[in-house]
Amino acid sequence: MSSEQQTSLQEKQFMHKIKAEEKIEPKDWMPEKYRKNLIRQISQHAHSEVIGMQPEGNFLTRAPSLRRKAILLSKIQDEAGHGLYLYSAAETLGISRDEMIEALQSGRAKYASIFNYPALTWADMGAIGWLVDGAAIVNQVSLQRTSYGPYARGMIRICKEESFHQRQGYDIMLTLVNGSPEQKAMAQDSLNRFYWPALMMFGPHDSESAHSAKSMEWKIKRETNDDLRQKFIDQTASQIEFLGLEHPDKELKWNEERGHYDSGEIDWDEFHNVIAGNGHCNRQRLEHHIKAHEEGAWVREALVAYNAKKQAKQTEAA
Amino acid sequence: MQDNALELFEVFIRSKRGLDHKHVGSLHSEDHEQALEYARDVYTRRSEGVSIWVVRSADICASQEDDAEDFFDPNDDKPYRHATYYTLPDAVNNM
Ligand SMILES: [Fe+2]
Ligand SMILES: [Fe+2]
Repeated sequence: MSSEQQTSLQEKQFMHKIKAEEKIEPKDWMPEKYRKNLIRQISQHAHSEVIGMQPEGNFLTRAPSLRRKAILLSKIQDEAGHGLYLYSAAETLGISRDEMIEALQSGRAKYASIFNYPALTWADMGAIGWLVDGAAIVNQVSLQRTSYGPYARGMIRICKEESFHQRQGYDIMLTLVNGSPEQKAMAQDSLNRFYWPALMMFGPHDSESAHSAKSMEWKIKRETNDDLRQKFIDQTASQIEFLGLEHPDKELKWNEERGHYDSGEIDWDEFHNVIAGNGHCNRQRLEHHIKAHEEGAWVREALVAYNAKKQAKQTEAA
Repeated sequence: MQDNALELFEVFIRSKRGLDHKHVGSLHSEDHEQALEYARDVYTRRSEGVSIWVVRSADICASQEDDAEDFFDPNDDKPYRHATYYTLPDAVNNM
């Protein structure tokens, strides 16, 4: 058999597994583009978890009570853990952690644009947990069924931890809307600023999405950007109403026939602009990541030195 | 008594694609390659698995059950890490 025939046979077997809803595991043969596509998506997801710690970390010393501070700290710790799960899943595809970090820091790899928006007030800690984690959950629940085994299992683990994130965020909003008029206004302002960027988290319309078709065929993605976004719009409408806040989308209207909310159009210019690097915080986020990484270099060096010393001792003893 | 026992290996089996490898037991073997074949013969006679991992038992580093209280303790006083800590009204309690 020629190597070409071999590849097409392997490709056939691969597609057969995908169609049969079987997972692809690290040692299985897979098309190079499937591998690349996954590395792109999983590492981007990992970077988002890690960069996402910055806007929240900024509020640790400004939490209104020790209790809120402990909760926020716990949530941020979870996000660091999610980054780890995802980097590890990507590493099973043959890319190293260093390569991924380098791609992030040089700007070749992306992370969720939402984290390029600044967190300005304590209410933003509420809106981020509720809306940003909420949107992430809708996406991650769907990805529990992704075709790559390690990614799917990582998603299952992450989803178990996420519910607390969204609830603590909503809990902050509830407290604010039941507080003084100023506090309620702060919650409204935060909702206004985060609602649309949260919708953008689902990516461009299906008709505009470059990676979508192949990702759906390979079952890396299980639902389209627009379908996931619709789910989020639907579930969020009643949550906004319950808070007694004004909905930021003035065109939002229940569509009896569709069984969904119709909604206004996203400002796609803003979306593309932030992706292109012109958001409020793009530069700051990367600079901070690089700074933290460089300042932590001595820890990594110490670990390697300690390891070498221990091994030298062991050979000496042997 | 002459000590000619072979080394102990731990066996992990993935029962179905997409699931984690689960520990199923151990066996004696002269090396990894043989351990894989032995594991196939003794642990998957009824197609219990689609993939096997074997690990030298001596290479497994385990936490001590006796120390579990100290080892895991710091997490017990953080109830706010659980979703159930936040009581939300029924209308929005599905998050
Ligand atoms: Fe997360
Ligand atoms: Fe989260």
